Amino acid sequence: MKTNIHVKNRVAIIGAGLTLFRRRLLETPQEMTWIASKKALEQAGMDFKDIDCVISGSAPDTFDGVHMKGEYYSEGAGGFGKLHFRVFVGGGTGVFVPIAGWWMVASGLCKKALIVAEEKMSSAADPHPQAVFRHIWDPLIEKMLGPNLIWIFALEMHRYMHKCGVSKEDIALVSVKNKANALDHPCAQAAAKISVEDVLKSEVLVYPVNRLDISPVSDGAAALVMVSEDVARRYTDNPIWVAGIGFNLDSYSWTNRELAYPLYLKKAADMAYKMAGIENPMKQIDVAEPYDPFDYKELHHMEGLGLAPRCKAAELTKEGVTQRDGDLPINPSGGLLGVGNPIAAAGLMKVAEIFWQLRGEAGRRQVKKPVYTGLAQAWGDLMQVGTVIILRR
Amino acid sequence: MSQPVVLGIGYSGFQPSTSHYNIREMIYEAAAKAYEDAGGIDPGSDVDAFVSCQEDFWEGISINDEFVPDQLGAVLKPVYTISGDSLQCVLSAYSMIRSGAFDVVVVESHGKPSEILTMRDMILMSYDPIYIRPLNPENVFVFNALEAKAFMEYNKIDREALGRYVVSSLRKGLRGRRNPYASIKNVEAYLEEEYVVEPLTKLDFAPYSDAAVVVVIASEDVAKKFSDEYIKISGVWSVSGTSSIVYDDLREDTMTKIAARKVFDMTGIKDPVREIGVFEIDERISHVPLMVIKALRLSEDVNRDLMMGRFDEEGDLPVNPFGGALSEGNVLEAHGLARLVNAYEILKGSLGSRRYSDVEKILIHSRRWPSSRTTTLAILSR
Amino acid sequence: MSIHKLGGTPLSDEEFKKIIKEITRPNAKYLMSAGQAYSVFFEGLRRGKIIGTYCERCGMIYVPPKIFCPYCFTTLDKWVEVADEGKVVTAVASYYSANMERLKEPQIVGIIKLDVPGRTFTSYRFPGLLHRICGASLDDVVSQRIFDARVKARWRPSEERKGDINDIECFEVIKT
Repeated sequence: MKTNIHVKNRVAIIGAGLTLFRRRLLETPQEMTWIASKKALEQAGMDFKDIDCVISGSAPDTFDGVHMKGEYYSEGAGGFGKLHFRVFVGGGTGVFVPIAGWWMVASGLCKKALIVAEEKMSSAADPHPQAVFRHIWDPLIEKMLGPNLIWIFALEMHRYMHKCGVSKEDIALVSVKNKANALDHPCAQAAAKISVEDVLKSEVLVYPVNRLDISPVSDGAAALVMVSEDVARRYTDNPIWVAGIGFNLDSYSWTNRELAYPLYLKKAADMAYKMAGIENPMKQIDVAEPYDPFDYKELHHMEGLGLAPRCKAAELTKEGVTQRDGDLPINPSGGLLGVGNPIAAAGLMKVAEIFWQLRGEAGRRQVKKPVYTGLAQAWGDLMQVGTVIILRR
Repeated sequence: MSQPVVLGIGYSGFQPSTSHYNIREMIYEAAAKAYEDAGGIDPGSDVDAFVSCQEDFWEGISINDEFVPDQLGAVLKPVYTISGDSLQCVLSAYSMIRSGAFDVVVVESHGKPSEILTMRDMILMSYDPIYIRPLNPENVFVFNALEAKAFMEYNKIDREALGRYVVSSLRKGLRGRRNPYASIKNVEAYLEEEYVVEPLTKLDFAPYSDAAVVVVIASEDVAKKFSDEYIKISGVWSVSGTSSIVYDDLREDTMTKIAARKVFDMTGIKDPVREIGVFEIDERISHVPLMVIKALRLSEDVNRDLMMGRFDEEGDLPVNPFGGALSEGNVLEAHGLARLVNAYEILKGSLGSRRYSDVEKILIHSRRWPSSRTTTLAILSR
Repeated sequence: MSIHKLGGTPLSDEEFKKIIKEITRPNAKYLMSAGQAYSVFFEGLRRGKIIGTYCERCGMIYVPPKIFCPYCFTTLDKWVEVADEGKVVTAVASYYSANMERLKEPQIVGIIKLDVPGRTFTSYRFPGLLHRICGASLDDVVSQRIFDARVKARWRPSEERKGDINDIECFEVIKT
């Protein structure tokens, strides 16, 4: 992949919008998509008729209960009669949608793209949305063991704890921080003031994972407006540029590798850093939103992204470096742990957060230090996918 | 600006059943052939990104994206999936190369309908769950039949003309390479068939086939390092339909109209009838190509032109001259790439070199099957 | 204020049950072919052996087997029998089943790095299997004593084996 000098057209984000993230929303997938799109378009100063392309993302069809659901929910984003396609990289989708949007605009094929992500997990109501994850395994071998999703996370978390000497108390600090950060997020579902003890005392699901270590199941949608440079300058004085994109997928044989370090994420991050001309991420990234479906994942991803030395992310958290007033604020939005986890929309929510932070529009969540370069990252599949986007003022 | 080209293709299957092979092993075979055809590229070092077109419910695995990299040699590389017809992946790959950031992108798609035991239920699941699905029709293709009826009545196309199309397509398949269902039938036999759902009979639906197809797309400058023989992608565009086909105006193919306008504009085509030599069109349900022919303005009177044989092998507007889906089989989301493979082989001269040696441009069309009218068009040229 | 300004309408569990309009039970059944590699693997399990394929170029052994090496992109046709014992790479104690039903006793599961006679592997890439672990207590997991413990497969009696992963009942901790 080439560096940015070979890319002629710069791409900017000029608007973002979110629905509420809640365990159950009344709205249908189309309505949720519409709400988020309308908010993003309003911020951009545009309307649906101005848009020429819609790029969307949503995680497993089984949640919404509709096969070929790209066409189903994209109507809410005005996708009918326009160019539209749905991308899918499991949990990494939320950050991947703007990546695909980036090349659609950078190639000149689209000038004004609406980037949309939606998830309606509450539809998979019986027995419980988690049961959908029964079908993500290799159907002939792993599935026969009757695994549940939390097994993989627990296995990875325990391996990380063992290899890096990190305790459950250290990890619980992330859940405490993110849920507290989310108290300032208007769309948040699981914001709360909790303590490390609350996390450790919550119900054990699969040791070492407790209930408060996990982000909730949610319904929600998010949208961005991505435009070419000439369009951006016509609509706003404050466009936020896409400086780098990266994505990487490892083999499905997740039981054949070292789980304590996400190599695929390092490769995705390197791809993005190279494009953005970043050589020292710890110094050059001002604010980051790594994916945090479980609290240990924030630490795991910080290390994969090169934002913390290997096995040292927990120390940075203990020292307060990752707080909003710290040197490297991590998940100032409250992340998935605090705001909610409608899988694809959650990733896009993180990109929206970086967008607002860089513009100084994050309200009470605004981080203390001045910010010029921000990063959002998502992850998914069987411990396989890393998707990274770097934004710059 | 980088010109995207098709550098190599490979496929496996195109058979009604491939039970001795697991789908990933079929994809491996298709990928190995494609990399070889592209001049011997190495996926680990020569390819910048990989994209797969597939749908979870056709696979039986939620998040089937997990299983994409291994058989393509794409482990720890940039890989993603698009949930759509494989021509949409070609669109995305085209755009990646035009952006200047990627030089070589591999596109993969596959379909193994022989493994789906509950096809009717899966198709019904793609319809609007609140207003359409509860109708629970006995034959889930009733919605397509409504489209066929509306179109045929509005454009005064009779059953005999539709039968003529089906019969000629099955015959054309005999000259192709991947057509297990090609056969000689006559229009009388077609007219005697009972309706499965009026006005469509069993012969109007393409039967199922299993296949895996891999295509290597590259920027022209980089392609030259591997091979002198490649085919240009001049333009590609996709237009999304609604989730349930019955929400659109059934009398004409509005999505193809919009997509065609954009694609002809992109490629500078002013007179498609004269400038495009061959048309590879989605015929998984027989009335669709007729709708597309009308929407592309190739013919003012489709009924008359069909009877005159203008769309046959020797006609001046050859449609699927080496067989389309009716004789190839329905390979689900791999259909778009199946059309691309035909177009590629014709332009390279490995199919029909005598008759089509002066064809400069081929138009490829694929829809989503069967519930949505999402249409993708592409123009391949020498 | 319009719904779009509010951002949506949250519902409680009871409200949700009241507004449900349609219930669909997806009927999705598939018959998946095992293919060449897995067919040999399953036959091996039936005979009480764990079979993998071997890449000469990078030295990796694939269990369950693949007929291609994803890293080297070459066809693999060399089969090898790996030992049915190894050491635990990571393990956890699950209180929930796949259907999210609470279990009375936690089930210990883990990833086992299998031994291959005459070969060693890094901790980065190795033949590893997910399976149940028996002979370990919850405390073994919590204290992390289970890490690097040696385990051996406990096979079902040969007449009960069907040729799938459950022909191994569990991997039992070898008591020293």
